[in-house]
Amino acid sequence: MSTSTSARRAPAAGRVDVRKTYKLYIGGAFPRSESGRSYEVYAAPRGSRGSTPVFLANVAKGSRKDARNAVAAARKAVGGWSGATAYNRGQVLYRIAEVMESRRSTFVEDVRIGEGLTPARAEAVVSAAIDRWVWYAGWADKFAQVTSTVNPVAGPFFNISAPEPTGVVALLAPQESSLLGLVSVVAPAIVTGNTCVVLPSRQRPLPAVDLAEALATSDVPGGVVNIVTCHTAEVAPWLASHRDVNAIDLTGTAGVEDLAWGELELAAAESVTRVLRPAGRGPAAVEEDFTAEPGTARMQAFVETKTVWHPKGL
Amino acid sequence: MPTFEYAPAPESRAVVDIASSYGLFINGEFTDSQGGGTFKTISPATEEVLAEVTEASAEDVDRAVAAARTAYTRVWSRMSGADRGKYLFRIARILQERAREFAVLESLDNGKPIKESRDVDVPTAAAHFFYHAGWADKLDYAGLGPDPRPHGVVGQVIPWNFPLLMLAWKIAPALATGNTVVLKPAETTPLTALLFAQVCQQADLPAGVVNIITGAGPTGQALVGHEDVDKVAFTGSTGVGKAIARTIAGTRKKATLELGGKAANIVFDDAPLDQAVEGIVNGIFFNQGHVCCAGSRLLVQESIADQVEARLKRRLETLRVGDPLDKNTDVGAINSRAQLDRITELSEAGEAEGATRWSPECELPSKGFWFRPTVFTGVSQTHRIAQEEIFGPVLSVLTFRTPGEAVAKANNTPYGLSAGIWTEKGSRILWMADQLRAGVVWANTFNKFDPTSPFGGYKESGYGREGGRHGLAAYVTTGDAT
Repeated sequence: MSTSTSARRAPAAGRVDVRKTYKLYIGGAFPRSESGRSYEVYAAPRGSRGSTPVFLANVAKGSRKDARNAVAAARKAVGGWSGATAYNRGQVLYRIAEVMESRRSTFVEDVRIGEGLTPARAEAVVSAAIDRWVWYAGWADKFAQVTSTVNPVAGPFFNISAPEPTGVVALLAPQESSLLGLVSVVAPAIVTGNTCVVLPSRQRPLPAVDLAEALATSDVPGGVVNIVTCHTAEVAPWLASHRDVNAIDLTGTAGVEDLAWGELELAAAESVTRVLRPAGRGPAAVEEDFTAEPGTARMQAFVETKTVWHPKGL
Repeated sequence: MPTFEYAPAPESRAVVDIASSYGLFINGEFTDSQGGGTFKTISPATEEVLAEVTEASAEDVDRAVAAARTAYTRVWSRMSGADRGKYLFRIARILQERAREFAVLESLDNGKPIKESRDVDVPTAAAHFFYHAGWADKLDYAGLGPDPRPHGVVGQVIPWNFPLLMLAWKIAPALATGNTVVLKPAETTPLTALLFAQVCQQADLPAGVVNIITGAGPTGQALVGHEDVDKVAFTGSTGVGKAIARTIAGTRKKATLELGGKAANIVFDDAPLDQAVEGIVNGIFFNQGHVCCAGSRLLVQESIADQVEARLKRRLETLRVGDPLDKNTDVGAINSRAQLDRITELSEAGEAEGATRWSPECELPSKGFWFRPTVFTGVSQTHRIAQEEIFGPVLSVLTFRTPGEAVAKANNTPYGLSAGIWTEKGSRILWMADQLRAGVVWANTFNKFDPTSPFGGYKESGYGREGGRHGLAAYVTTGDAT
């Protein structure tokens, strides 16, 4: 059912365009899958008639071992990223917005073709994704301020509670909203100092790989964001049960056949991994609307509260 | 120096009136079980049977949850926050009024020294209700998010180490935020929870807002797994916590888990040693070491290790082990035979693995469950006594040379509940506090608790916080929740 017709904008007359190899992003590098596998990605069908699927690319099909390598890279990056000043993290997130803006046309093409949007809608989605980085960049040095407390204990003690990143977060990014949704789950996880392993939309992974290139040319340290394109249902269970993953976001289980979020939560229970459940009621997982202002819930989901006591006295 | 003998100074039991048997507190009154059995609760200090208690059946759990649901929809969720708060203030006051009764009953049923139940457990429990009472009509100001709303019916399962205090930690925030409760106390320590049921009656708390069902593991499982429970709050072992997390996986039930710990108490060479030794003793021998945040691993800087060890042993020679009701007792009885067996087994493993065991000379009563305060030196990180939670009066001593090594050793555990730092250097305290992966860090103090101070762990010590503004978050859902 594949066809070699490129859905990308036609190159200048007579020129054979140079196509990109879509690889993983682990520890700041762009490896192929250790498994040597790839899978075909197609453009979203346009219109109601059953047109032939349009081939876009062979994307690296990440494996269990790739995911484990990504967790190792994320763990290695925790110290530096969580230890960076909040001001610094804010600037780094803002820098991502800058780089995305300068690569804007790439992202517009990605979502136009991948999600089947009109050019105007694609522009709006990319604008929202860029603005989301700016929104979260501003939170970097404010989240602790609005979530910390000085606790007036009944005794001569100084006592404060403040948030700290939980560590390595596995993010199952949304299947439908392949750029705005992706940014909307990555930004709140890393702004507080976590590092992450992201499984992007299985059928629409190209924005994630282009985002990886934006991250690599921003000031995001290698390992802070690791992106493993893959079949979500194949790799997610390994992340859910991984002992060195501190938290897992199950948003991307919505719309994936053969992947019940409850099964992943069950696996996560074995190491008391924090779980952010997908939206929806009961066992149904529903992809939430990412165009709304996010609120703080996603940042709250991946922080720990540390309380420190010290006596007061002469 | 002359030594003075202590005369016995027992607190009177006359203040407590224990019934010979207890039913289940469901919908505001004590009722008989439907198809459940009974079990006995004993004094661990004497093995005397204190009372016969009901083992709630699955049908009983059903009834209790139904009562809580009715009370939630018809009464409690419709009541103003101010009125909810007034009920909690009443409860706080009644706990204060009946403080001695609760303290004696707690020491009898749990085995902990009366000076601890009297000075820590009961007053802190009352304080918890008083603190949360004031939140009930101020939740919009708590910064929890827009429109904070209760979950509904909360199922709560608590441990035996601080029976009344853990009840207060669970019930006070649940009620303040507008939830109703079904609570199961631990099977070895049900009596203060049953006395608390009488407090609810005295306070005229609407029927069904608080339901107390006694029983063991199966009762707890039935409660946690009940379809009509919206949120689960559990304090106890990491093993049971994981089982609960599995039970609720794939449901929309919320949970907070407050699990085990293996805290490092880190002493630097510039620490104020007299205070540090007191902190080490308090850290591990408070409540017979039956404390999830106990400072069970002493990490002492190598240059002062001998000195600290000598001072520690000298201090431990003065600890008084014995009758929990004696006002001079420092260390009481181990809560149960099963726990005593576990402590004994792990201590034997410590010896077998090559650590050096020491205990002060002290006479132990002939009946009941007792364990001498015990210190292991020469402990290495791989020893079971350095890895596993003993939950008893057993201290493992390890050494370190640099702050970095201290951090690495302290964090080398699946747990992350608490930690202690002893040093006079302020910048080192703050650096260490940043590095330690633990929910509570005590610097130049240890084992301090307060209703305003959030408590809870990292990693396998659980999730969610109890106490303070952060503790409220676990009992509400807000407009911006995903």
